[in-house]
Amino acid sequence: MLEAILVMAFGALVLGAALGYAAVRFRVEGDPLVEKIDAILPQTQCGQCGFPGCKPYAQAIAKGEAEINQCPPGGEEGIHKLADLLGREFKSLSAEHGIEKPKSVAVIDEQVCIGCTLCIQACPVDAIVGAAKQMHTVVAPLCTGCELCLPPCPVDCISMQSTGESVENWKWKYPVVKINPAQREST
Amino acid sequence: MSALQRLFKFHGGVKPAYNKEASTGLPIAVAPTPTLLVIPLHQSIGGMPRPLVKAGERVLKGQRIGGADGNASSAVHASTSGAVVAVEMRLMPHTSGLSALCVVIEPDGRDEWIARQPFDFRKASPTQTRDYLRDAGVVGLGGAVFPTHLKLNPGKHGKLDTLVLNGAECEPFITCDDVLMRERAETILKGAIIMREMLSARQVLIGIEDNKPEAIAAMEIAAQAANQAAGDLAMQVVSVPTRYPAGGAKQLIRVLTGIEVPHGKRSTDYGVQCFNVGTAYAVYEAIALGQPLISRIVTVAGNVGQARNYEALFGTPMRDLVALCDPLPDSDRVIMGGPMMGLLMPGDEVPVVKATNCVLVGSRKLFPPPPPEMPCIRCGECAKACPADLQPFEMYWFSRAKIFGKAQEYKLFDCIECGCCAYVCPSHIPLVDYYRFAKSEIWAREVDKEAADIARERYEFRLLREEREKQEKAAKLAAKTAAGREKAAAAIAEAAKPAATPEDDTKKALIAAALERAKAQKEQVHPGNVSNLTPEQEAEVTAIEARRAEIREMAKPHLRQDD
Repeated sequence: MLEAILVMAFGALVLGAALGYAAVRFRVEGDPLVEKIDAILPQTQCGQCGFPGCKPYAQAIAKGEAEINQCPPGGEEGIHKLADLLGREFKSLSAEHGIEKPKSVAVIDEQVCIGCTLCIQACPVDAIVGAAKQMHTVVAPLCTGCELCLPPCPVDCISMQSTGESVENWKWKYPVVKINPAQREST
Repeated sequence: MSALQRLFKFHGGVKPAYNKEASTGLPIAVAPTPTLLVIPLHQSIGGMPRPLVKAGERVLKGQRIGGADGNASSAVHASTSGAVVAVEMRLMPHTSGLSALCVVIEPDGRDEWIARQPFDFRKASPTQTRDYLRDAGVVGLGGAVFPTHLKLNPGKHGKLDTLVLNGAECEPFITCDDVLMRERAETILKGAIIMREMLSARQVLIGIEDNKPEAIAAMEIAAQAANQAAGDLAMQVVSVPTRYPAGGAKQLIRVLTGIEVPHGKRSTDYGVQCFNVGTAYAVYEAIALGQPLISRIVTVAGNVGQARNYEALFGTPMRDLVALCDPLPDSDRVIMGGPMMGLLMPGDEVPVVKATNCVLVGSRKLFPPPPPEMPCIRCGECAKACPADLQPFEMYWFSRAKIFGKAQEYKLFDCIECGCCAYVCPSHIPLVDYYRFAKSEIWAREVDKEAADIARERYEFRLLREEREKQEKAAKLAAKTAAGREKAAAAIAEAAKPAATPEDDTKKALIAAALERAKAQKEQVHPGNVSNLTPEQEAEVTAIEARRAEIREMAKPHLRQDD
């Protein structure tokens, strides 16, 4: 009887030690779910969701404090991906947070810019270069199109311009099924 | 020699009507120089070349007008001498119907070359030779326009076993390689010799489909001569069975060597590299003659009275070439390439570029609209026909459903878009259109993801920086207050001291003297605008002074508070 208890106790000790070691050795840094959600979000850092950036929104979604349909730049596709990841029901984009717009970048009218640096401070990804009383300009490839530089500009010299289509980024369209063109022609 | 060669087979393939005879009857003709050349800067895979000329400049034939953007790019040259009219957006030979930056040249008719010098590749390092070919604008002329200098690299072993010259030309209607081999076999092989040396290849296999007996004969004579001159048997012309797409690089390598290049690997990993015969010709011209790539052989065929091959300068409008061949009145479209893989052009004014192996004139009669698309019946015919050993129906379902991850799992990117699956499909599904759609969507997503990753990194760095700045500010403030306190403490200690030392007395005297001097100086200075005033103005000034004094008095308690 005592032997059996000792064997079981020893086993429990060994396994407990192993588990304890594993918990320390293979500790997961950060929340993997937040990372996964953050990877789906478009990283525009525009704050339209009501959070100060994509990461805080991802954390809020992971905690269940935010809906998955608050990200206009991510669009319907982003919501679908989040719904798939989290096993939640798809919801169409919440209108109060904004509408899905085509990708655009901020462009500073350099004739009008007075060099106040307010837009530089507002840019979440440091995509605007310039100095006080010097002309500012947007580094277009880095601009996420968040529009956060528009409100602080005292002279309204920043406009959003659609990036448009070029031969390089043109996409083949989804094949559209034409309803019986052969027959229509013969008649 | 060819009889000794053991041939292998690739999976699938189809046998469409070849329609090649019409354009092989006449020899290659040189297309007349047009009145205006529109030369797109982006004519190859890789980065978009930077324009090197401005409107108003005069350029010579062969002068570089677009500089390669990095190593994975290829230069562009003026096709003839003349004046640059504009560097502007023009309609591209691309299905999208979009414009891109082009150099528009008005030829002066003198056709004046730049100074041409042969390049001694034997004395130069391989890197120098590759840079030379990049700047000579040599790209693959089979239609994929991949920069040749990137492929002329023997890889990690430093040498290859086999250099394959691709003269199969399997696509219907196209005969530009056929006539090039018939007429200029010797030059092609001279180019092949250069390539062979650069790659240190043991042998050169020239694969030609057996429906081109004239080309095979011409190439065999040239190969024998080359072998005799070199004293070995390195060059071999191999006649391969006619089956579309035998001219695909992977398919031809498989037929000639039996090597099946697996997914994610390159043919050089297996000691084989493949080039089009036209590319070999261009390599010879660039290295031995010092002529950059400025023209190519273009087949004009289809709905025309007299199909023929033309040597056309890049930038020549396709319309001009078509006009030389008596197009039939019912022609309604221009296709760049053949009927299987060709791209519909947005108009006939688009220029001939490096990728233009064929200008195919179409009509409703020649290429009737496809029957309506029916549902997939899962017959598996497409899988039987696929020369890349894929399962087209799976890729079709996933592309159609926009489940791109799954489509990629079925190796969508190994699809060469040859069109065999769509050709055999009994439901007339435009399968390749679905694959192209899925591929471009996946590419766009990858670009977006890269941009998002950069944005995330920059945003996190900004947060970090803001945090650091905050801390630095706080530390500075703390240091300042600490210094202020110390000073105050020192002052209190000073006051508490019972008697001043003589040293302190001298200091105090010095300060008092300085204050005295400053006071005297201040009194000497009078504001310039208070002399010669009328009595009214003087009265006004006194009133203002009085008000100022009053305000100063009022402000005093506040100032004390602030202190």
